Amino acid sequence: MILDGKTPDGPLAEKWTAYRSTMPLVAPNNKRRIEIIVVGTGLAGASAAATLGELGYKVKCFTFHDSPRRAHSIAAQGGINAAKNYQNDGDSIYRLFYDTIKGGDYRSRESNVHRLAEASTHIIDQCVAQGVPFAREYGGLLANRSFGGVQVSRTFYARGQTGQQLLLGAYQALARQISLGAVTMYNRHEMLDVVTIDGKARGIIARNLRTGKLERHAAHCVVLATGGYGNVYYLSTNAMGSNVSAAWRAVRRGALMANPCYTQIHPTCIPVSGAYQSKLTLMSESLRNDGRVWVPKKKEDLQKILDGSLSPVSIPEDDRDYYLERRYPAFGNLVPRDVASRAAKQACDEGFGVNKSGLAVYLDFASAIQRYGKSEAHSQGLHNPSEQDIIKLGEEVVRAKYGNLFEMYEKITGEDPYKSPMKIYPAVHYTMGGLWVDYNLETNIPGLFALGECNFSDHGANRLGASALMQGLADGYFVIPYTIGNFLSKEIRTPAISTDDPAFAAAEEDTRNRIQRLMSVNGKQTVEQFHRRLGLIMWDYCGMSRNAQGLQEGRKKIQELRAEFWSDVRVPGSADEFNPELEKAARVADFLELGEMMMEDALNREESCGGHFREEHQTEDGEAKRNDADFTYVAAWEWKDGADSELHKEPLEFENVELKTRSYK
Amino acid sequence: MSWFTQLLTSSLGKKLVMSLTGLFLILFLPVHLIGNLQLMADDGGESFNLYAKFMTGNPLIKTVSYLLYGFILLHAIQGMLIWKANRGAGGGSSRYQGGKSPTAWSSRQMAGLGMVILVFILLHMWQFWFQMKWGDIGTATYGGVETKDLYTIVQHTFKQWWFVLFYVISMIVIGFHLQHGFQSAFQTLGLNHKKYTPAIKTLGLIYSIIIPLAFAIIPCYILLIK
Amino acid sequence: MKLNLKVWRQANGQGKGKFESYNVDADEHMSFLEMLDVLNQQLIEAGDDPVAFEHDCREGICGACSMVINGRPHGPNAGTTTCQLHMRFFKDGDTIHIEPFRADAFPVIKDLVVDRSAFDRIIESGGYISVNTGQAQDANAIPVEKEQASEAFDAATCIGCGACVAACPNASAMLFVSAKVSHLALMPQGQVEHDKRVQSMVNQMDLEGFGNCSNTYACEAECPKEISADNIARLNRSYLISSLTSD
Repeated sequence: MILDGKTPDGPLAEKWTAYRSTMPLVAPNNKRRIEIIVVGTGLAGASAAATLGELGYKVKCFTFHDSPRRAHSIAAQGGINAAKNYQNDGDSIYRLFYDTIKGGDYRSRESNVHRLAEASTHIIDQCVAQGVPFAREYGGLLANRSFGGVQVSRTFYARGQTGQQLLLGAYQALARQISLGAVTMYNRHEMLDVVTIDGKARGIIARNLRTGKLERHAAHCVVLATGGYGNVYYLSTNAMGSNVSAAWRAVRRGALMANPCYTQIHPTCIPVSGAYQSKLTLMSESLRNDGRVWVPKKKEDLQKILDGSLSPVSIPEDDRDYYLERRYPAFGNLVPRDVASRAAKQACDEGFGVNKSGLAVYLDFASAIQRYGKSEAHSQGLHNPSEQDIIKLGEEVVRAKYGNLFEMYEKITGEDPYKSPMKIYPAVHYTMGGLWVDYNLETNIPGLFALGECNFSDHGANRLGASALMQGLADGYFVIPYTIGNFLSKEIRTPAISTDDPAFAAAEEDTRNRIQRLMSVNGKQTVEQFHRRLGLIMWDYCGMSRNAQGLQEGRKKIQELRAEFWSDVRVPGSADEFNPELEKAARVADFLELGEMMMEDALNREESCGGHFREEHQTEDGEAKRNDADFTYVAAWEWKDGADSELHKEPLEFENVELKTRSYK
Repeated sequence: MSWFTQLLTSSLGKKLVMSLTGLFLILFLPVHLIGNLQLMADDGGESFNLYAKFMTGNPLIKTVSYLLYGFILLHAIQGMLIWKANRGAGGGSSRYQGGKSPTAWSSRQMAGLGMVILVFILLHMWQFWFQMKWGDIGTATYGGVETKDLYTIVQHTFKQWWFVLFYVISMIVIGFHLQHGFQSAFQTLGLNHKKYTPAIKTLGLIYSIIIPLAFAIIPCYILLIK
Repeated sequence: MKLNLKVWRQANGQGKGKFESYNVDADEHMSFLEMLDVLNQQLIEAGDDPVAFEHDCREGICGACSMVINGRPHGPNAGTTTCQLHMRFFKDGDTIHIEPFRADAFPVIKDLVVDRSAFDRIIESGGYISVNTGQAQDANAIPVEKEQASEAFDAATCIGCGACVAACPNASAMLFVSAKVSHLALMPQGQVEHDKRVQSMVNQMDLEGFGNCSNTYACEAECPKEISADNIARLNRSYLISSLTSD
């Protein structure tokens, strides 16, 4: 099947405005009768639920957390992009659009990305009006910083906690609608199935996590904003609870999963310290503004570092390999994430990893401290500053910029990053793939919408820094409130959906049976053990670089693991109570299916693009080699239980941007 | 509920009552101390007795003193009510108690300290205030003016070591109560500023040492030296 | 390192709980929660009920983790959530007491998990700025003094974990409420509704059954985000002024 993205006609810059202005609307008196279910309360979900409530719809909002404020958007550190051009450095909506398309390695839909860039400026306005305390200049106006892969300064930030502040803004807007009665909030409720009636999404089955009771909730349509699936790798920067289940349940009901193999591996995370590790911690991309990445040139130096007889600080400059600066002189340490991650992997694969596991490289601030120290000494009028003075002054500057990150690093590793370089290694961070949606953010199931990281739409094969927050809020505040009208304007005569419909009974029964199956295996291994094993398979065969043989092998291993899971997992307790192990088991069961589909997608994509690197497709010097002739399409997969997934294609048409080889050299 | 009762019965309002009555009592302490210092005068009790007569006779001072008794009661009763409500909010008594608390001891013990002070005040009022008002005590005459001879009673009482000991302990308790109460009253009123709050805290600390110390010296002086 | 854990076990909100003793072999590089993962692995393998505890981001920002360790919310280290506490701060052979955040307004759901929805209801009562999507003017239209925005951020950094309530001998929620009031009061956008917000948030806080603040500053000392009790003074002041001056 060839999928239709429903991109409106007209010139790129006018598509959204023209479309918005002619889109069918729902009159206020009808909105009051129409119910919408929103699942998820991250940036996309909370902003959508709040805005739909403001518009007058009857909204029911669900989260598996104890409070909407805990959604993992809260952990985003660096910032949010917007084409405000407040810095007068030549930024524009078109430039943000172009950078995002290029950064995504030409694998995203032009029309969606341009709309995203248009919405970006309104997001900042909205957030400031909500009271988000963004960083400011002395004049009281908003401050900006730079992120990887771009040459303008367009990132708005609130120290290293931008995601938190934006989410609290959306959460507060949601809280206001809850208090006004426009939104009914269901905390500690996990969606376990989507209910379709006559082919349209009409409700969900949710488990009340406190009591274990299954509940039916009906609405005229369902909006999923349930985030990404990076936890399929077990170790990632995602929260422990982040999962694919809501999206995957939709896939099991016929929704298509687009580009599931596009995974973003973030280059700067704290390396794994042991087998007990439960999650990985990100060190913001902003650190690469000042940190220099290196490994030792000589194996004998490395050996001495590992046995503790040599400190990395005392390795002379000439014996260090600043491999990013060497390989990519134009962008240096600020190459995009996929490039930086792969380079770190290559250095470690060649045996230069700087910790015991061989999976770490240095991120060094010594030259930044020197540079800042000298300039600070100069501005303070010290003419012959001592080496100690320079270091002291330099450390102060670095502390002011990155103090909280340095502290976090020290808390976790017990090492002082001011004294010796940080050790970092790439880790799974974000998934560009997700539910396939058209321009209206509607999946192929009518009435089922997907927003934010949950959909695939805007980042192509690689996401630029500070763009995830932008997309989540654009979808929730400024896109879905309009595009949902396209579907709902045809539903104004539909009476309230009844949960007595046989489709609800059937879906509830399916869910109950599935839970019963999980509870009754009563095997020997814990859910955690299976999850760790799945993660290792995914990382080894579908990680930073992939090849056909490995992907086939990996797929087989997942199938075996899945069979083992269903015959040997142990879920303690009962289904009728608060039971976190059961919640985890249901999520891991879904990851065990998703993982296989990711392998299928990665195997199908015979090219290297963005976060997807196929070893068979690289240039002589090891750079990614795209295949535009055969793969300029979105791969949307239909799950076939027990058989190969079926591929549907949405061709990507580039009318405004010329496809080029990305070069950061 | 009118806005005023709403204000005074809210959690913040209750604290406001504690703060304002507390500040009044804090202001009263130096006034009381000035009177007590008359005991140190070597004039056979003349200045002290005249002072006592003045304090019980002047209508303005009488009004203020009734206000004072009211505030003491209000402060004590409200304090007990807050203590009771707070004890109930803590979620049961099965907490592990071995941990090291990051808070000041006096801050945690305000209710207990307050109870000791209340007992002290009641005893104190029985021994001196009640005797002065209704007790059958002797008189003294100074320059033709006859006054009740409270001085002798005080002298007598302060020659009993066990009472002096109780008095001194009570002053230490008041010191701790003030140590928390002084700055706390400002915090509750929201009188807080980066520039001035450190000064208030220092002043509170000095106050909570000097005033009880001065009070305590008097009976010690009478017991040991006079 | 070998540890003896005394963990509060309570089947549900109705039941009575008690401390149970467990032995765990941990690694000094583990986080505290990873050490509990090890315990749960042991318990499940032995056919016992694992310890329920809340956790999510494990990087100190979501506010989900909520236990009291040796009498101190989020454990012994200042400015650190439980998930960021590492075992190297304990010694081989230590006995560690682990219990839930205790407060009447935070009823226990199971073991170390408590219901903190009272905080949501307080925010719903007024912890927001009433602006619909689309109503905003340009972001740079109102300048905000750098220092003031920074102070607002310091208050807004609250993660809503409830450690302040658990730390407070009176289980008062003043630090939480005052942090939100301060964040919004310090931004010019938040001043329009300030008086109404203060009144309704304090009212809701009282309805939820939190205790009265008695200025012990335990909240400030235990807050993993080191939010200052100066915010409480600001709330006290705002409450008094808004009571006396509003219509």
